[in-house]
Amino acid sequence: MSTETSLSLTDAEQGSSLWHDAWIRLSKNKMAVGGGCILLTFILVALLTPWIAPYSYEAQNLDLGASPPSLSHWLGTDIFGRDVLTQIMYGGRVSLAVGFIATGVALIIGVTWGAVAGYVGGRIDAVMMRLVDILYALPFMIFIVLLMVIFGRNVLLLFLAIGAVEWLTMARIMRSQVQSLRQQEFVEAAVSLGLSPATIIRRHVIPNALGPIIVYTTLTIPSVMLLEAFLSFLGLGIQPPQTSWGLLISYGAETMEEYPWLLLFPGLALTITLFSLNFLGDGLRDALDVRGSKD
Amino acid sequence: MLRFMLIRILQALPVIFVVITATFFLVRSAPGGPFDQEKVVIPEVKKALEAQYKLDLPLHEQYFAYLGDLAQGDLGPSFKYPGRSVNEILFSGLPVTAELGFYALLIALCIGVTAGVFASLRPNTAQDYIPMSLAMIGICMPSFLLGPLLVLVFGIWLDWLPITGWGDIPGDKILPSITLGSAYAAYIARLSRAGMLEILSQDYIRTARAKGLPEWLVVTRHALRGGLIPVIAFLGPAFAGLLAGSFVVETIFQIPGLGRFYVQAAFNRDYTMILGTTVFLSTLIVFFNLVSDITAAWLNPRLRAQFKGGSR
Amino acid sequence: MSLLKVDNLSVSFHTRNGSHQAVKNVSFTVEPREITAIIGESGSGKSVSCYAMLGLVPTPPGRIDGGSALFEGADLLALGERELRAIRGRDIAMIFQDPMTCLNPFMAIGQQLIEPLRLHKGLSAKDAKIRAIELLDEVGIRSPADTFDSYPHEFSGGMRQRVMIAMALINEPKLLIADEPTTALDVTIQAQILRLIADLQKNRDIGVLFISHDLAVVADIADQIIVMEQGVMVEHGSPDAIFNHAQHPYTQKLLAAIPSGHRTAERIKPDPLIAVTHLRTWFYPSNAREPVKAVDDVSLEIHRGEVLGLVGESGSGKSTLGRSLLRLAPITEGSVVFDGTDLTQLEGNPLKAFRRRMQMIFQDPFASLNPRMTVYDTLAEPLLLHKICDRKNLDAAIATLMDDVGLARAFIRKYPHEFSGGQRQRIAIGRALATKPEFIVADEPVSALDVTIQAQILELLVALGREHGLTMLFVSHDMAVIRQIADRVMVMYQGKLVEQGDTEEIFGHPREAYTQSLLASIPGVALSA
Repeated sequence: MSTETSLSLTDAEQGSSLWHDAWIRLSKNKMAVGGGCILLTFILVALLTPWIAPYSYEAQNLDLGASPPSLSHWLGTDIFGRDVLTQIMYGGRVSLAVGFIATGVALIIGVTWGAVAGYVGGRIDAVMMRLVDILYALPFMIFIVLLMVIFGRNVLLLFLAIGAVEWLTMARIMRSQVQSLRQQEFVEAAVSLGLSPATIIRRHVIPNALGPIIVYTTLTIPSVMLLEAFLSFLGLGIQPPQTSWGLLISYGAETMEEYPWLLLFPGLALTITLFSLNFLGDGLRDALDVRGSKD
Repeated sequence: MLRFMLIRILQALPVIFVVITATFFLVRSAPGGPFDQEKVVIPEVKKALEAQYKLDLPLHEQYFAYLGDLAQGDLGPSFKYPGRSVNEILFSGLPVTAELGFYALLIALCIGVTAGVFASLRPNTAQDYIPMSLAMIGICMPSFLLGPLLVLVFGIWLDWLPITGWGDIPGDKILPSITLGSAYAAYIARLSRAGMLEILSQDYIRTARAKGLPEWLVVTRHALRGGLIPVIAFLGPAFAGLLAGSFVVETIFQIPGLGRFYVQAAFNRDYTMILGTTVFLSTLIVFFNLVSDITAAWLNPRLRAQFKGGSR
Repeated sequence: MSLLKVDNLSVSFHTRNGSHQAVKNVSFTVEPREITAIIGESGSGKSVSCYAMLGLVPTPPGRIDGGSALFEGADLLALGERELRAIRGRDIAMIFQDPMTCLNPFMAIGQQLIEPLRLHKGLSAKDAKIRAIELLDEVGIRSPADTFDSYPHEFSGGMRQRVMIAMALINEPKLLIADEPTTALDVTIQAQILRLIADLQKNRDIGVLFISHDLAVVADIADQIIVMEQGVMVEHGSPDAIFNHAQHPYTQKLLAAIPSGHRTAERIKPDPLIAVTHLRTWFYPSNAREPVKAVDDVSLEIHRGEVLGLVGESGSGKSTLGRSLLRLAPITEGSVVFDGTDLTQLEGNPLKAFRRRMQMIFQDPFASLNPRMTVYDTLAEPLLLHKICDRKNLDAAIATLMDDVGLARAFIRKYPHEFSGGQRQRIAIGRALATKPEFIVADEPVSALDVTIQAQILELLVALGREHGLTMLFVSHDMAVIRQIADRVMVMYQGKLVEQGDTEEIFGHPREAYTQSLLASIPGVALSA
């Protein structure tokens, strides 16, 4: 036995955690990094909009009317003479907010539901997942349209409705992750050590379940944004005086023959954001997929 | 297998029931009746109308009356269009939407599966990147953006294809079908690529090659069976999505289909119309999910045997 | 004239992470009507050499750097894909390690069987089917005509391997390459399949290239043995030459690692630390009508300081029994008394107190460590939980543990995936020892390791056991390993205890038929001669 009793930690070689490895892998994926940067830029612009928008949101210029892109209005103006760039910036705030918040709601509900069902197992799991199955089979698109019509065009309700659709898949993913983790030997080892279930979930299960959750969350945001845009397009989502990209696209579609830029630019904004999120999500999936190298 | 099917069918029935009940009470609980928005109606006439449509009965009695009618296949009269029943309107729009959905799904499957399988054969090369980038565009460009764009380019600027109607002018089915199908082509392309990649890395593919099989046989005879199962399972949700997508496409291209009627009914608070369409569409969706689930399970010999009972 | 003459074969792999020389200038011959075995541990390049010859190594990451492989006059490495394909499945056939994943689960086995026949010989479906059924019969499948339309999952592991063999031999190839064909099988089945391969080789006069990591397995059937290490061929010769006059240090190391001999039978005082009475652990899966009786009415005693070996094949319930003792599996009935207390009655904090005294070492070193925790964290967890030491002494305690299990202290901040299998198992042992337990269940702790590493870990376990006065339940399917380290042995079969006794009693004079068949299946008879 060694007589040296102190571990000189400065001598210890630094290990490379799986997160670190994944980060390196992700940073090599140019598309994903590109998407991430674009996304960050958009988010930044959205947050700073009230301060950096070229024009005020309500400013109309009825004499000007709809005009194509020019030096004073980079993306042109709409039929009320409002600056399109400003409209897109304010619309982006709403669309991105809906995307992130609704996804966040879905995340919290879904992850908790799935983790409990997956870890506890047995009867409780069966009941919880049966509920998910039934809700999953309901044709939600139709219900959402219904809800929107009936309960009025309430933005809060919009978030809740969208979140209510997305949490189901989140719950399923989390549950299957937790279930498979629970059977892993290191979780068994934790049980045999005598750790409490709460500690096991916190320290052993959740950090290892995060991978697919992160990927799925990144891929849910674009799908939520699409849903919001879809509803707004039909007139059932965001209502004026607020604006969103979906609304802008629907206005643009109406007048696209004469003023194509009113359709193209909001469309471009939405598409680029969706691209970025999807590339980032795909990149995350590739980076996190390797569950640690084997010999 | 039969037992599995029966279980699944029995599971689907409560869902339909929940749909009917929830929709009924949701619609009824909305503020305002169907006649409130109209031009001013004399109270007596209003009462008579309400009696005719059974609106003067207590809510739960209306519910059971509705269930009774449903059992006979009667979805009730339309509020908006007196003299026409919901059944009538529904079935006038159904063939149109069905045809649109069918073409869209056909496009989605043909293009999607071909592109996905093709891409999976040489991953991380141009053969993979190009189709998958196109697929990404399909996913990121919603139908309500693609539709108007296609209309703009092909209908207005190039003037190659008609942009409204269905079945009136030859070629007017092309743009709507492409618009509706392209997002699903993209999803199916990604799904089939992922499924094929997973299967192609399996050991039994190596066995097939070791037997001397040419690559095309390895792919078609051995890999496709397993690789396309995710696509089959996706068809159920795809159907639901196509139906929802038809709302938008029919609006853009002014096609007299179910989707457009539904959206209009929603705006007009045409109770029976909303109810009837929701119930009908939901039942269709549940049915399709059922078929796709059962087919996907049946295609897996291990699951098939599990329900026949017993292994050797 | 040799059947296959490989000369200076070199294969390398080039990935984003770097290049790696998998096979370096390997030369060997395979004679017709002989079984040539290639032995090596993981990373030796034994499989890659054979795959490369047949063009089965995907050539973007892989690359054949040089050499030749003459088969019937033609150099396989120089042939185009089309010519290679003609040879594959017709003149040279392969069977692989895991028959479950190597057969197409979506296709009936009959269809898979006739494929090579129809492809290479152009037989009609009807004729091919007749031939296929003949072959199924020859490899020992009962009622072959009925099973023609069955699917792979309907067969047991051994049966599936027989189907694979039939599929390989259906075109009467001249050379059969077998890549670890018995590694995934139970020991009694392994013996049957080895016998089958040897018989088929003799009856059909073909040459066999048998790849394995297990010297004992090939000792009985090989005519020539080739030893590979890290891509290089280090030695070759007849079995006698290799086993009795090994020249190369690596070969000698391999031979030394084969578990042999037995524990010096110190008389263990009958002093039961653990007494199990009528234990039943039954599982009730949702889709089955019958419960799975993993442990069915088992009673036994484990005495202080002894190593009890628990042996059985897959499905015997040995792992479940070990887990049941530690309350890791749901006990249906019966009692487990540990030092006077019935563990089945405990919950919560009292149970936690007992958990400190009994620990487990798991089989899979990849799965038994939390991939997101450093070695430091993994070892600190039990130390802190059971207050073995306080935070001030934590570093010292962990250092001691690292020394005990033979790991360099500098590795303390590394993550599991940065270690090899053997090192990970040492970490797992360290974790188990952290709470200073009295009893350890070792569930197949060396089965997933290379043979030379296996020997090291076994040595470590024995030394630690002696040093700390541990009582151990050693679960394994490997009879040779059990014989080496156990004082007493228990044999399990399908949930029941079949026989128990002192190690040498069991090995020398087995009473039950099942025990006898188990012992008869141990490969390497030639070695112990």
